Amino acid sequence: MSNGTFTGGIHPPDYKEATSQLAIEDIALPDEIFIPLSQHIGAPCTACVEVGADVSKGQKIGDSESFVSAPVCSSVTGRVTAIEKRKHFTGQEVLGVAIKVGSQEDQAKTNYLKAIPAWEEADLDELRKLVREAGIVGLGGAAFPTSVKLSPPADAPIDTVIINGCECEPFLTCDHRLLLEKTEDVIVGSLIMKRVVGASRVIIGIEDNKPDAIAHMTKATASYPDVTVTALHTKYPQGAEKQLIKATIDREVPMRGLPMKVGALVHNVGTALALSEAVRLGKPLIERVITVSGPGVKRPCNLRVPLGTPLNHLIAHAGGLNAAAARIVLGGPMTGWAQADLSASVVKGTSGLLALDKALAATRDEYHDCVRCQRCVRACPMYLYPNFLATAAEHKQWSAADKDGALDCVECGACAFDCPANRPMVRFIRDAKAAVMARQRA
Amino acid sequence: MTETPRELTVTSSPHLAGEDSVPRIMHGVWLALLPAAFAAVFVFGYQALVVLLLATLGCVIAEGLMLTLRGFSWKAVGRSLTDGSAIVTGVLLALNLPASSPWWLVLVGALVAMSLGKHLFGGLGNNPFNPALVARVFLLISFPTHMVASAYTPPVAGFGESSEKAAARYEEQVDARSYATPLTALQEAIEKSDPEEARAAIAELRRNYPMWHLFVGNIGGSLGEVSALALLLGALLLFWRRSITWHIPIPLLLAVLLTTGLPWLLAPDSFANPLFHLLSGGLLLGAFFMATDMVTSPVSPRGMVVFGVGIGVITAVIRLWGGYPEGISFAILMMNGAVPLLDKYFKPAKFGAAGRRT
Repeated sequence: MSNGTFTGGIHPPDYKEATSQLAIEDIALPDEIFIPLSQHIGAPCTACVEVGADVSKGQKIGDSESFVSAPVCSSVTGRVTAIEKRKHFTGQEVLGVAIKVGSQEDQAKTNYLKAIPAWEEADLDELRKLVREAGIVGLGGAAFPTSVKLSPPADAPIDTVIINGCECEPFLTCDHRLLLEKTEDVIVGSLIMKRVVGASRVIIGIEDNKPDAIAHMTKATASYPDVTVTALHTKYPQGAEKQLIKATIDREVPMRGLPMKVGALVHNVGTALALSEAVRLGKPLIERVITVSGPGVKRPCNLRVPLGTPLNHLIAHAGGLNAAAARIVLGGPMTGWAQADLSASVVKGTSGLLALDKALAATRDEYHDCVRCQRCVRACPMYLYPNFLATAAEHKQWSAADKDGALDCVECGACAFDCPANRPMVRFIRDAKAAVMARQRA
Repeated sequence: MTETPRELTVTSSPHLAGEDSVPRIMHGVWLALLPAAFAAVFVFGYQALVVLLLATLGCVIAEGLMLTLRGFSWKAVGRSLTDGSAIVTGVLLALNLPASSPWWLVLVGALVAMSLGKHLFGGLGNNPFNPALVARVFLLISFPTHMVASAYTPPVAGFGESSEKAAARYEEQVDARSYATPLTALQEAIEKSDPEEARAAIAELRRNYPMWHLFVGNIGGSLGEVSALALLLGALLLFWRRSITWHIPIPLLLAVLLTTGLPWLLAPDSFANPLFHLLSGGLLLGAFFMATDMVTSPVSPRGMVVFGVGIGVITAVIRLWGGYPEGISFAILMMNGAVPLLDKYFKPAKFGAAGRRT
């Protein structure tokens, strides 16, 4: 049925040993948090609190009327001090709510949603509504609103829920730790998904560089006949939705189509946990687990972090940066965002905070003409010609780039990683995508 | 606020890079050619060494000259000169020449390779044809007297035998005739109009060139044509370093085996057996080191297979029915010209494309 992987991809060193055996730690609350009103794919939220208002942990502070959106909730009990634009992890400014964190005793005051402990009998729309109100989005990085994914149209029946435990990005170990430490929640979360979309089975895909997680999950799921664990050959980018579907159930999602076209629904391990906590405890998505790692960090760790926590607070908890730190990356090193400073705050899609040293941090300022070595063609998980695409983009030949499938590129970075000519493939292709999309709008 | 390092670089993802680089690949290729170069020096003596050094030095100097003429900064020239690509072309050029080549022939070859073959098209990565082969064919057409078999220096030594014995064996192979390489001997044999004579010539060829001698390199020819063993060792190195894949050389060799094998099966007395074809001439050098030149071969995996098969068939056809004893150089250059078409027609179907085989 499945061959345990997909065609293409690369094998970067995984650098996970620094944190893979470290249990998730809690972090002391910062003095102030800043919660951006747009942390997801879809319409940004509008603030529903005012400056000076007291908010409690779990309280909704921003929402949107739009279907493709997710509300944001306060991760602490405190007082709103500002609603203003501040620096986002993308480097742009984003409107958000700044909250001064109240005292330790205040934090006991929560404003959670109404839990649905009897979810196995509950009305499906009620469950979807709870997921929406809890502000849950995909926690693997793309941050797509989960309630939307849980509402497939009637003509696209879903038979398989796939839980993404690949964590194919180097350095990151937060999903690995969740599989080991939040096992029950991950399984229950996946069963809730299965029930809501009417699927018949759950497959948990885990790469074989995490043998302890595979063994643990296999044992834990033994009593659930509909849940199976599939070990996958470690390869980047296996955690990409379409590649994971190919690897686990050997179905190929049509070009520019959604996974539901092949009856699959993919959710990250962290999303399953968030879903379980929302349904069983009424707890909205107000915290997440983040791996803080890299040679530039003094004490690498896996942290449970309230959303909105500033990045420098995380680094302080990790013992600070050492002199070698040359690049700060939010997310994984293959697709993450380089930071100019540590002022941005943690959002729902933040999976890691990495400090790379000079030796690791790739610079692609000096690059060579393409030598047609063909490595990018072999590496591309979408089976494009990244070489021709990037060269067309380099010369601003947008039509040629469009014809070569610029819009089909998923920006995984496999081509750039393997390029011996050090070409900034992803940057070139992003330029082409932006130009092609601008042209389509015009 | 905790401390923020002053110099954080902000660039586009991915933030990691693999270890391979163009210099690492290029230096790996000429290193992989060293066994063949050593075999040539052993078989042909110091003359071979002179050709190797002249060609390499000539290519490096010509590369520097071309880059300077094209207006590159000293820094850029230095970077290109140390990337190893000129050395690869130099060693390949030497391996495509006879040990008897006069010094000026080698230098003209180097200049042609770097100018006509490489920099007129924009330098490394942009040349459609393999520079070393452009030079070889240029010399073959311009200075035929220096490039035909009769001009070839006899081997001065053989693997596993004394130099006297090697000399005696070579005398015997050449006999009274003018041919000095196995393939010219073969060409003379199959071109005989009288079938009886042809059969006798083929039988003699078999006696004169036992497979073992062809394999280790106890034969005449260009520097890189002698030792199949040395070439295979180098090829293994390239496979091990993942500089080449099976997609080009294996289909290429299979195509030669099949194309030369069919007539041989029909008339074993009148044709050389396919293994003779495999081990003689520049076939192995071409298959593993020149057809696989990444710049001048397709990027599409299926295109690479077709490319290899095309080269194999054209090589065999030239050897069996063409005017030249050896056809691999022409075959590779012809298929080099077809690369843009192959990339276009054998483009991989995108992930999820309708009708894609999964």
